[in-house]
Amino acid sequence: MSATRPGWFGEFGGCFAPEVLMPAVHELQKTYAQARRDPKFRQELDTIRRNYAGRPTPLDTAARLTQAWGGAKIFLKREDLNHTGSHKLNNCLGQILLAKRMGKKRIIAETGAGQHGVAAATVCARFGIPCRVYMGTEDMQRQALNVYRMRLLGAEVYAVDSGTRTLKDAMNEAIRDWITNVDNTYFLLGSVAGFDPYPKMVCDFQSVIGQEARQQILKQTGRLPDAIVACVGGGSNAIGIFSSFVKDRKVRLLGVEAGGEGLVTGRHAAPLARGRIGVLHGSRSYVMQDADGQILNTHSVAAGLDYPGVGPELSYLKDSGRAEFIAVTDTQALAAQKEMARLEGIIPATESAHAVAYAKFLAKKLGKKKSIIINVSGRGDKDLKPGDVQ
Amino acid sequence: MSIRLINRLLKERTAGRKLFVPFITAGDRGLDFTRQAVLALDQAGADAVELGVPFSDPLADGKVIQASSQRALEQHTTLAGIIDMVHTLRSKTDMPILLMGYLNPFLQKNANAMAKWLVQAGVDGTIIPDYPPEEAMDWIKACGEQDLDTVFLTTPNSTPDRLAAVAQASTGYIYYVSVTGTTGARTQLPAHLQQGIARVRSMTFLPILVGFGIATPEQAARVAKVSDGVIVGSALVKTLAGKENNRAALKKFIQLAANIAKAVKK
Repeated sequence: MSATRPGWFGEFGGCFAPEVLMPAVHELQKTYAQARRDPKFRQELDTIRRNYAGRPTPLDTAARLTQAWGGAKIFLKREDLNHTGSHKLNNCLGQILLAKRMGKKRIIAETGAGQHGVAAATVCARFGIPCRVYMGTEDMQRQALNVYRMRLLGAEVYAVDSGTRTLKDAMNEAIRDWITNVDNTYFLLGSVAGFDPYPKMVCDFQSVIGQEARQQILKQTGRLPDAIVACVGGGSNAIGIFSSFVKDRKVRLLGVEAGGEGLVTGRHAAPLARGRIGVLHGSRSYVMQDADGQILNTHSVAAGLDYPGVGPELSYLKDSGRAEFIAVTDTQALAAQKEMARLEGIIPATESAHAVAYAKFLAKKLGKKKSIIINVSGRGDKDLKPGDVQ
Repeated sequence: MSIRLINRLLKERTAGRKLFVPFITAGDRGLDFTRQAVLALDQAGADAVELGVPFSDPLADGKVIQASSQRALEQHTTLAGIIDMVHTLRSKTDMPILLMGYLNPFLQKNANAMAKWLVQAGVDGTIIPDYPPEEAMDWIKACGEQDLDTVFLTTPNSTPDRLAAVAQASTGYIYYVSVTGTTGARTQLPAHLQQGIARVRSMTFLPILVGFGIATPEQAARVAKVSDGVIVGSALVKTLAGKENNRAALKKFIQLAANIAKAVKK
């Protein structure tokens, strides 16, 4: 487990995949390595990001939140304005171009909140490739709007009724499908988790968030922000914005996990705060597990954060001390969602609202001379149900 | 290599007989049931047994083993409990016992301590499907020092490079997965089985056992003809899924195992 081995971030990462997937994993590693160096690939990705996704997304000041919180100046990176309503499309655009290069005839994906599922269904519609999305029945119920969107886009939503019926189980089922149909199927994994090359590759495709944010904040304020706050489930939006600032040692990087009903209750989804190192879904990382190494059930009001694992690079950032990780409860996140809606006219996804909730606390602590970027990873329409708002 | 396993393999090879290795999820219907099942398998003609270590997220398994793992976890089965049970079995049987399961439960101790623990209890080897040889270097080394076997899986789509890596890292036997897919019984045997086995044969002197998808004595006999033996899991485990009491379930389980053993050995 040396730090220099490809696919590893210090002692985290690796490729703990069943043997039957190895040829496909190696093919993907190779194709991706070639595509990265190919100017044509980068140009194609750039064009589709601009003309289809609507990038770059804005970086805007949040004047009323800043005023209400009475501390650091708040900036919002508006990934909710990305086509399909979240940062997830950035990754799907990159991977669909790879799937096309590899001549794959079928796409499968896993989803929690349904934002990755919608993004996958979207790129499959655009490129005319059949798509099946695995989703836990618990999540299908609480994110019903996204199920409808995926079906409208022509994808098949496959209900997963095993285990906790959430993202973890959707992931298991997607991997089983890939094991069975590995010859013709591309696995469009939605986060920076899983076996090599997914963590590195998904980070690369999401790093457009940080690249844009860095240019934008420098242009708007002439200096770097003091802190960046992003929510962490698998961690793709967090690593996407963090990656461009990792070398700027003075910029604090803060990842916000799902504290659920509170860390002390055990009903949460905060592997970085409360997990131990283990192997889940193909990589070595922090995992919520019991003393016997069985994976624990998680809880979060945000389906997209309701996952017992986390991307290996985030575990590395935690242990190296470069990033800090905090947890925010369901109640705090929902309050922040409402506050942002009322003060800024932006309804953040319940996932992103975790970052908003922590930013509120941090803004007061840092004081007026400092600045914070919140990564608004997605919009919250999906979370609204009739009867929710009194 | 484990002495118990090597003795058994040599004995069967000398006699010109093929090998039969059944799989049972440890703790399905409780560890006491597993203990009885292992002893009965020894009587029924099994050459070794693979004890499944149940895991919350069995991502390479089909529905039968998934359900069986779930039942075992509901009985509060732990790796420590399984290891203790193997230890109590050692005064009763010399049949080789391998543990098969996902990696995470095995990581609860460091590689050396885990390997020592297993060997002292009388375990003969491990099969860990999400632990490919290139990630398992520490484990292979620790097992080598303890004479604990490391059985790796190889598949019809394995490239020559991968076949070589798996052959080099494996001791005891090679587990040839007959299909690209999850575990589970199939109605038909895959085409090209013989060619697939021949590719592995060119890389190793170890016995090649074929698993995944073998459900009946007839299928087992046909696969045994072209390989060194068969591994049967889901078809056996399925006999434990019903509502009948333990005695009746064990009877069904052993009957099928005995029939397969007979078909393989004839």
